[in-house]
Amino acid sequence: MNTQFAKRDYSLTGPEAQRAEDNGLVSANWYASTIPRKRLKQLMRRKDGPAIRDTVIWVVALVSTGYLAFLSWGTWWAIPAFAVYGVLYGSTSDSRWHECSHGTAFKTSWMNDLVYNIASFILFRNPIAWRWSHARHHTDTIIIGRDPEILAPRPPDIKGMMLNLFYIKGGPTGLGKIVANSFGRLSDEDKDFVPEEEWSGACMVARVHLLIHALVIFWALKIGSILPLMFVSFPIFYGAWLTVVFAITQHAGLAENVLDHRLNTRTIYMNPIFRFLYWNMNYHVEHHMFPLVPYHALPELHEEMKNDTPKPYKGLIQAYREIIPALIKQTKYPGYFVKRELPEGASLFPGSEGLETGRADYP
Amino acid sequence: MNPQWIEVCAADEIDLEDVVRFDHGEKTFAVYRTDKDEFYTTDGFCTHAQVHLADGLVMGEIIECPKHNGRFNCASGQAIRKPAIVPLKTYPTKIENGNVYIEIEL
Ligand code: FES
Repeated sequence: MNTQFAKRDYSLTGPEAQRAEDNGLVSANWYASTIPRKRLKQLMRRKDGPAIRDTVIWVVALVSTGYLAFLSWGTWWAIPAFAVYGVLYGSTSDSRWHECSHGTAFKTSWMNDLVYNIASFILFRNPIAWRWSHARHHTDTIIIGRDPEILAPRPPDIKGMMLNLFYIKGGPTGLGKIVANSFGRLSDEDKDFVPEEEWSGACMVARVHLLIHALVIFWALKIGSILPLMFVSFPIFYGAWLTVVFAITQHAGLAENVLDHRLNTRTIYMNPIFRFLYWNMNYHVEHHMFPLVPYHALPELHEEMKNDTPKPYKGLIQAYREIIPALIKQTKYPGYFVKRELPEGASLFPGSEGLETGRADYP
Repeated sequence: MNPQWIEVCAADEIDLEDVVRFDHGEKTFAVYRTDKDEFYTTDGFCTHAQVHLADGLVMGEIIECPKHNGRFNCASGQAIRKPAIVPLKTYPTKIENGNVYIEIEL
């Protein structure tokens, strides 16, 4: 038996892309739980109400905490005020970005597009490039050489992941891309999934983002205070940590190169506050299997399919009790991964039997 | 090439605002019934990737693809939401004696 874990190249332009193609892992058929069509149609039904309600709450919370932060500037009270404002701005925007990128949060298209574009700006993401990136993530979830959104490649860069709690890696990368895009340049990776007819639009929108940041910097210089930056450009650094905590749980430490979201994705039960901030993305297996189901219907979808999926985690703590040791082990034994237990009687989906990256290079 | 009308199913086998898959020979089609009780047919696979549109969601005259939420107008085939960009081929569709027929080249 081959006990060596061949070093993987996670780039989209390296040899793994071809290997994925050769192994039938590109744009493949994925496992989907059986749900009666009538029921699925009910679950997929779009509504404006829940997302309007949640967006109003979000905006009111942002404005109130922002106002408190403004009033407390210069005192110690500014620290908790900005801590809360930062999470609402820099972390909550990620789930809004995500749901609206699918176009499922609101029934009305322009509402999805508006929130998506604002959230993209907050997160230093090019809304055009990232729409295509996320489509690829759904096509080839955690397929090496194909998925541009793998947060924990093996061996994982744990230090980098921790630095990213303060967006120290993602922030400069995101900003660097916006700057490069605004000068008309897209990386080879981006060109791999963004169609050519979209490139000029991506560069144009990057210029708009950059201009807004430049105006905020100009304003800060003019008044001799970083306060405007604390509200607009900096929260991603001091407030995005919660989104990183949530996002790592989605796939980290699980199988790669399988065609079954039950094996490479986690569903975690969360309290109502986290579920509000994360817009139910804790039901992540469900979301990946049925991306047409809006966030507000995911708990119901979970009830429909939970007998066909591995046991959900009881909470973030239980998930991290698994993730942290797995990532540490992967730094030494990159072939190691957490194998999710399917419910009794459930069979592995064709293409997932090999779990090809899980070779015995670990004790 | 010889265009022919092919029977798909009874009209009431397709729910209002729904879609069914119809395979004929090598080809697969998506046959829609809109909320206004109009019937349309397009190619069965999304133009973005080989995904059956019959697993998607019909909203009025719009079909949303089950994989990446790309959207098409099922009457015209026009792509109206990315990542769908390339339009779908459409096929003449009629109801006769309570059955749905589509016209395809054989
Ligand atoms: S496969 Fe239909 S939008 Fe991607």
